[in-house]
Amino acid sequence: MDAHAAALIGAGIACIGMGGAGVGVGIIFGNFLQGALRNPTEAPKQFGNLIFGFAVTEALGIFSLLIALLLLFVIR
Amino acid sequence: MSNDPIHQFHINPISPPIHLGAVDATFTNASLFMVAGVAVASGFMAWAMRSQALVPNRAQSVAEIGYGFIHSMVRDAAGEEGVKRFFPFVFTLFTFIFMANMLGMFPYWFASTSQIVITATMALMVFLTVLVVGVGKNGVKFLKLFVPSGVPIYILPFVVLIEIISFFSRPLSHAVRLWANVLAGHLVLKVFAGFVPMMVAAGGIVAVGSVLPLVLTVALYALEFLVAFLQAYVFALLTCIYLNDALHPGHH
Repeated sequence: MDAHAAALIGAGIACIGMGGAGVGVGIIFGNFLQGALRNPTEAPKQFGNLIFGFAVTEALGIFSLLIALLLLFVIR
Repeated sequence: MSNDPIHQFHINPISPPIHLGAVDATFTNASLFMVAGVAVASGFMAWAMRSQALVPNRAQSVAEIGYGFIHSMVRDAAGEEGVKRFFPFVFTLFTFIFMANMLGMFPYWFASTSQIVITATMALMVFLTVLVVGVGKNGVKFLKLFVPSGVPIYILPFVVLIEIISFFSRPLSHAVRLWANVLAGHLVLKVFAGFVPMMVAAGGIVAVGSVLPLVLTVALYALEFLVAFLQAYVFALLTCIYLNDALHPGHH
């Protein structure tokens, strides 16, 4: 197989990893909403924690996107 | 090359080549928009706070709310000592990234945070600050950062190993998060906007359908404004959390 074709397939496979980050971010915001609806007065105080969890989870999806971008545009 | 989505990230020199020793200090479009961001931010702050009224007008309110927002974030994440020592640093980082992201949202303007060298420089600045302050303030006790309390002794080696790996992957994820978010956002915008002329050129019923990617581009633009603010906030928040580790190791 042509090396460039293999890189393109690899980029597609790497993007599957972003699905895991999608699940994680969904769990974080879903659970935050559940907690916030049960105790709305306390919810704004947890905004920092919410964003921190979101950022740490999202980083892993970004890593797989990074691999995909490297395969697409850097490794020729 | 107007349809190439990567084209918007090309760095073009706009001054004659300047070399300081081995350093290539040529003024590029990236430098221009970083300077512009700093100029707009500091110019707005100076202009909005010129009267320093007890009852603020609208511009002064915006400046004070922005200041108070970051101030309370630093206090919550890093404590009073963090505010005393690092508030100017965190506020500068936040304002710089926010202005760079926002100026990058204008069509045909350059998003300087889409260059990994710029985000990596800021992330390494934070990482080295954490190391220097942590070791300088706590000495050997800084190593307690890697040994969480209350962990059973038989899994402690693995936990310490994971803590060390996660500590040293921090600058990587810190830099790549901001860079990849801005880069991917601008790529997606460009690709979706590129669908509109493609579908119009196809003609017939497909040309009528070109309104869909047009509407979606507008919606994505709104999302990108949210991301531009959120990533600046996330960068500053993580900076506070890392600095808190340097000030109080073993309290996380």
